[in-house]
Amino acid sequence: MAEFVLENLRRRFGDALQRVSDDHGDLTVWIGRDRVHEMLVHCKRDPELDFCFCMDVTAVDYLSLGGDPRFAVVYHLYSLKTGKRIRVKTGVPEDDPVVDTAVDVWKATDWFEREVYDMFGIRFEGHPNMKRILCHRDFQGHALRKDYPADLRWKLLRPDDLLDEISTEEMQRIRARVSHPISE
Amino acid sequence: MGLKGERVETTRPGSDTKPPESVFTTTLDKMVRWARAGSLWPLPFGTACCAIEFMSVVSSHYDLARFGAEVVRFSPRQSDMMIVAGTVVDKQAPILKLIYEQMCSPKWVISMGVCASSGGFYRAYHVMQGIDEIVPVDVYVPGCPPTPEGLIYAIMKLQEKIERGEPSHYQVVLDREAAEARERKLARV
Repeated sequence: MAEFVLENLRRRFGDALQRVSDDHGDLTVWIGRDRVHEMLVHCKRDPELDFCFCMDVTAVDYLSLGGDPRFAVVYHLYSLKTGKRIRVKTGVPEDDPVVDTAVDVWKATDWFEREVYDMFGIRFEGHPNMKRILCHRDFQGHALRKDYPADLRWKLLRPDDLLDEISTEEMQRIRARVSHPISE
Repeated sequence: MGLKGERVETTRPGSDTKPPESVFTTTLDKMVRWARAGSLWPLPFGTACCAIEFMSVVSSHYDLARFGAEVVRFSPRQSDMMIVAGTVVDKQAPILKLIYEQMCSPKWVISMGVCASSGGFYRAYHVMQGIDEIVPVDVYVPGCPPTPEGLIYAIMKLQEKIERGEPSHYQVVLDREAAEARERKLARV
């Protein structure tokens, strides 16, 4: 159980915690979109909590459940020091799907946030490279939204080198390398 | 391997010794077909679990070398039989097409497993519903994944096709396109 985690968060955020559930030891806290970044920073920097490991960032579309706001962004955090976990959720409305990025807190959230953008169309304010990561560049719409037709495809006609993360110098170095030892 | 040339019973001039056993006659065309069928060089385009099954086909237990197709090449320029083993997503379609076009003719394509053949259980937003959307396929292998025997059977079927002298599906498509172009030209005249 993670009583001290919840107490710590209550001390700091008080009524800003919109909802708290602790099912079978899985602590989940809901917080407003305006304070979620502050909470993530606190979870990482507070010496008692010390959630050094952001395991996943994902999202939920509550469309068929009549959710208001429609989306929720979910952060899964883990502390290597205390062995505790926490799930932080924040609601995101459909007409303004923007959340502050957590890349400045955990660098690992870079690709997670790009995946959430790709699949749900939720943008992360301040992200260094906010673009699709799984679907190709001619893809339209966001596939994991509940109102996206499950088998609607978009064809990629132009070749995509898929390696835009690599710097130009690095790419030249790779291309210069001979791929087959016999042809050397 | 389908060579049914007649043995020629001749004697050398000035000698009554028979010719060695290994001499036979055939047509050049048949000879080439026999050679092609017996030395397919596979190019594995492996994207998923089917590629693991392909590995066991070329390994010692199933031993594809018995069928003359063990020289696996990872360069399209050195191979003539592409085995697409696994799920091909839309993002990968141009890569598959590019690699296929780099292969020299004559070339054949085996679509291994249901994902490559029809999209399999990925009836979804990201998976091509069969690689024949972009490349002509000669043999389809069902299964998820197909057994090694299944792939070997497909390769044997392809060998039969080559030995019969049937054009590859690639050639069929080329011929059809050429005929259509000719007709369009005639229609203009």
